[in-house]
This record gives sequence, C-alpha cells and structure tokens, in this order.
Amino acid sequence: MHTTLLLDMAADAAPDRLALGRRGEGLTFAELQRRARAGAVALAALGGETVAFIGLNGPAMAVAIFASGLLGKPFAPLNYRLSDADLGRLLARTAPSVAVVDDDMLGRLGTPPGVTLMSRSAFDAACMVSSNVELPYVEPDIGVLLFTSGTTGEPKAAILRHSNLTSYVISTVEFLGSDEDEAALVSVPPYHIAGISAVLTGVYGGRRIVHLEAFTPEAWVEEATAEQITHAMVVPTMLGRILDILEARGAGLPHLKALSYGGGRMPQPVIERALRELPHVDFVNAYGLTETSSTVAVLGPDDHREAISSTDEAVRKRLGSVGRPLPTLELEIRGADGEVLPAGQSGEIYVRGEQVSGEYTHKKVVQDDGWFATNDGGWMDEAGYLFVEGRLDDVIVRGGENISPGEIEDVLREHPNVADVAVLGLPDDEWGERVAAAVVVKDGVPIAGDLADWVKARLRSTKTPDVWSFRDALPYNDTGKLLRRQLKVEMGAVGQSSPAT
Amino acid sequence: MELKPGSRWKSVVCDTEVVVVRAPKTPISLECGGQLMVAHAAAKPEGLELSPDHASGSQMGKRFADEGSGIEVLCSKGGAGSLAIDGQALGAKDAKKLPASD
Repeated sequence: MHTTLLLDMAADAAPDRLALGRRGEGLTFAELQRRARAGAVALAALGGETVAFIGLNGPAMAVAIFASGLLGKPFAPLNYRLSDADLGRLLARTAPSVAVVDDDMLGRLGTPPGVTLMSRSAFDAACMVSSNVELPYVEPDIGVLLFTSGTTGEPKAAILRHSNLTSYVISTVEFLGSDEDEAALVSVPPYHIAGISAVLTGVYGGRRIVHLEAFTPEAWVEEATAEQITHAMVVPTMLGRILDILEARGAGLPHLKALSYGGGRMPQPVIERALRELPHVDFVNAYGLTETSSTVAVLGPDDHREAISSTDEAVRKRLGSVGRPLPTLELEIRGADGEVLPAGQSGEIYVRGEQVSGEYTHKKVVQDDGWFATNDGGWMDEAGYLFVEGRLDDVIVRGGENISPGEIEDVLREHPNVADVAVLGLPDDEWGERVAAAVVVKDGVPIAGDLADWVKARLRSTKTPDVWSFRDALPYNDTGKLLRRQLKVEMGAVGQSSPAT
Repeated sequence: MELKPGSRWKSVVCDTEVVVVRAPKTPISLECGGQLMVAHAAAKPEGLELSPDHASGSQMGKRFADEGSGIEVLCSKGGAGSLAIDGQALGAKDAKKLPASD
C-alpha cells in the first residue's frame, strides 16, 4: 500500500479539516493533497531518483514526503546539523537526486555531482501553482531512506518501504480517529524516524500537526500553550528541560492530553517527576528503531499510573520498561546461539512483522524467516514487559562477564548528588575491559569513593566503576542520543581518571 | 483475481474501493454489493446492479478480515455495497486503538 493513499483518504473524508500548521494559517487536508501533487510535478521536472530534504521542520517537509511518494521516489531527509563535510558526503550518497534545501543552507552544499538543488522557497512556490498535470501511477516501493544517526560508525541508509510504513500506520492508528480539536506538536527533526511517522500517523488519524522548527524548551512550552497542543512526542533529554521551564514559569499544560517519549533511555527520576507534575497527562513510552518504522513496544498511560502507585517492586520497576510489544508483531529475546530465552534472562531483542524493514541500501539484515536482530540487549518480565538495556555494542565485557551500562547508570542516577551519568568500558590489560563512569554532579565536591560504595552496596563489586570522570556535561546529539563513542575516546585519551578509592 | 498486498480494487456497483493489506492463502473472489470487484485501474462494466443482500454498506477506514482465507483489506473509499468473499459477508475488524506514540 502507498503512503499517499493515507493522505488521499483523509482528504477525501475530511477535506476541510486542518492538517498542518497553526490555527488560522494552517493547511487543510485538501490543500495538503493539492500542494503535494503540485510539488510532485515540480520535482519530477528536475529528475533524479531520490528526493533529499535538508531543512528545518515545517509544512514543506510533510508536503515533500507525499510529493516524493506520488513520484515513487524515496524521501531522504538529511541531518542539517552535521558538519558541512559530513552533510556533503550524505548528500552525495543520494545521487542521482533532487534536494529540497532551506535557503540559508544552500551555501553549505556547493555543487554536488548528480544532485539538483531546489531551494525551499522555490519548492514552496511550486507547490502553490495549480496544476492539471496527471501524474502516472507508480507502484509503491521504497518510501523513505533514513540515515541512522551514526553514533557507532558511518551512517547507514535504512530502507523503509511504503508497505512497512503503511502497515505501521494502519495497524496502530484508527482512520480519522482523532477529535477535530486535537493537535500534535512535533519537535523531533525531519531526519528522525519519529518525525516521519508523526506525519503519516497524524494525517491518517486526522490530527493536526504543528511543527516546531527546532527544539528549545522555551519554544516548545510557548507553542504547546498557544496552539492548545493535545499530543506530543519528545526524546528523554527534552522532557526534563520542559519540566524545568514549566516549574520556573509556574505554568502548566492544561490542554495536553498525551505525551509520548522514546528514542533513548528515560531516567527514572525524570519520568517520576513528570507524572507528579503533570498528573492529567497520559504518558506513553514508545520503543522503536528506524529499521522498524518506529514503535514496536509501548508502555501505556495505565501502565505508568499502575507502576508509580504500586507497592509491588516488580510492578514499580515497569516504569523503567518500554512496555509490551505491539499486538501486530512478534518479539523475542535470544541468546548468543540464537536460542529463545525465557522471561527474566537477558539477550538480544529480535522483532518480526510487516512494519519491520531491516534493510539497508548496502545489505539486507533481516533473516529469511523475517526476524530482525535489533542489536539492542534486553529482557522481559513474567508479564511480558520489555526492559531495554542498550546497544549490544555498548555492553562491557569484564573478565568474561557481560555488564550492561544501563543497570549501573540507573543505580548511579538514584544518588542524590548525581545529575547525569554514563557508564562505559575502557580497554584493560588484565580484564579486557574495565568499567568507567562519567558523572555530572549536582553540587559540591565529587567523591568517587562515595559513589563507588553506592554502587557496590546495590549491585556487586565487578559492576562498580574503577574509573571516574567528573564533567560539566555529557555529550549528546540533537536527538538526545548519548555520544558514547566520543566519550570513550575522550576518557581513554585524556587519562583524567582517578582511582575509586 | 490476484489479491496481492497493496493492490487496489473497486466495486462495479457502488463507490467502494479497497486496498489489500494481507493476501489470502487460497484463491478467493472478492466481491462488493454482490458483484466481483475489479482492479482499480480497470473500466467498470456497465449494467450491473447492487444486490439487496449485499447492500449494508462499506465504511472508509475500516479494515475487513476473513480468518479462513487470511485476507485482510482496508476500505479506502466507502460505498453502498458491502464486502464479501465467495458470497460470504466479510466482517469488520475491531480497531485496537493503541496509545498515541508518535
């Protein structure tokens, strides 16, 4: 099924409903459909086999997704925050292509071979032209090419087919199931899978989408208030900053009904604070990957409320889980030899389902039987709640023992003087790897020994970091992913470690 | 008829259109309003009428599934005719609404 059919259906059934943008100046579904067609005609004239997009969030991004879809060309949003050299390399990988580029970013790109550049203002103008050109029907194939964030190496181009994307949309969203006064604030960038899926599910569900050009907590709170936002998705690093602004301003978010989060590990103190300070909001933790067309497991609002108010330790702990797999797909935990592991045992998370692509431009990594190895470690409890431990590449192997950094980070985060923490492995002659911690303290003098005792008392000595580094901040990319590799290089190279005792 | 996933079909007696979400495991006939549906791009044959036995309507956005054959279709345009396979009415699937995660 074609992603443009999602828009055609919404435009057919609710042509006058607002689809995109602010009240008073937004685009209706009929207008979005008209602009997508005009945009497709303009893009077709420029040739290329892929439509790249380099720019801030906004209506043009949504129009470009559907325009590309109409042409049967993959939509490839690129990370404009990369250095000019890295961005240029990614753009070159899309050739032969046409690229829609924000006007003030054009100067960064030069004249890449095989790429025709179109300024965003020219694209916007072309979308306004009324056109009678009939676009030929194109069999749906690749809908989106999404470069992974590359925190562990050169970015990979993940392939998402129209069939993966539409399968995700129609199995998780009810057609026009949203009330007309609902509006979603999208603050994840266009090159994040959640930014793509937000457009598709928003359109199919009939929920107005308001794009925040670029995230700042101030702008987020102001837009959410002014546009009476009812739904939003944030990455974990955004949530704490939003709560800080609300607290400083003594403001609430009276219109907000649901807030989902994902894209990284949510520190438990932050979500607990959010539940306390925004009791009227339904919180949803969504776990997913680019390669799975977004969400594969959700911890729903009732799960959150049950966990926070429970006296049962196992139920409380679920606040740190990503909930249960979607009913439309299969999920297993497998051991090193591929065997399926029972509840309570850690292994690699595998998923299978129609929304799972598991394909990159250079190779197909999904197995013949459809199972995709996520490279995420995790385990499930007896009730089927999934706990994600992080990338398997990040697992520390100390003297043959596999140590999950997430577990140690969680323990350290509960220390009253720890503001942020990352745990990783550094090379060690004796043990293979030793456990190292980079810590941001809230105030006072950092005491490594004190923190080491804290971990030792709650876990065990092999999981107690040997190396401590105290910093003002930890390095994150703009979508909230910790740059573990960078940190590892810095900590290994600088040698600013100090013994724990 | 080859009911491939993603293929689109239309009714010959009303406005109904569907897209195949899941292909059937066995060959079946997909009908609407009592008449065989035709490919979306095909011309509608003239002179056929809506059967009163298959006129309870189809609603846009609803999914219809048959456990026996495994077929699932999404109604992409509603109409007066109701959907059936081999003469047997096709049941609407209950939408399991998940909490919004995007």
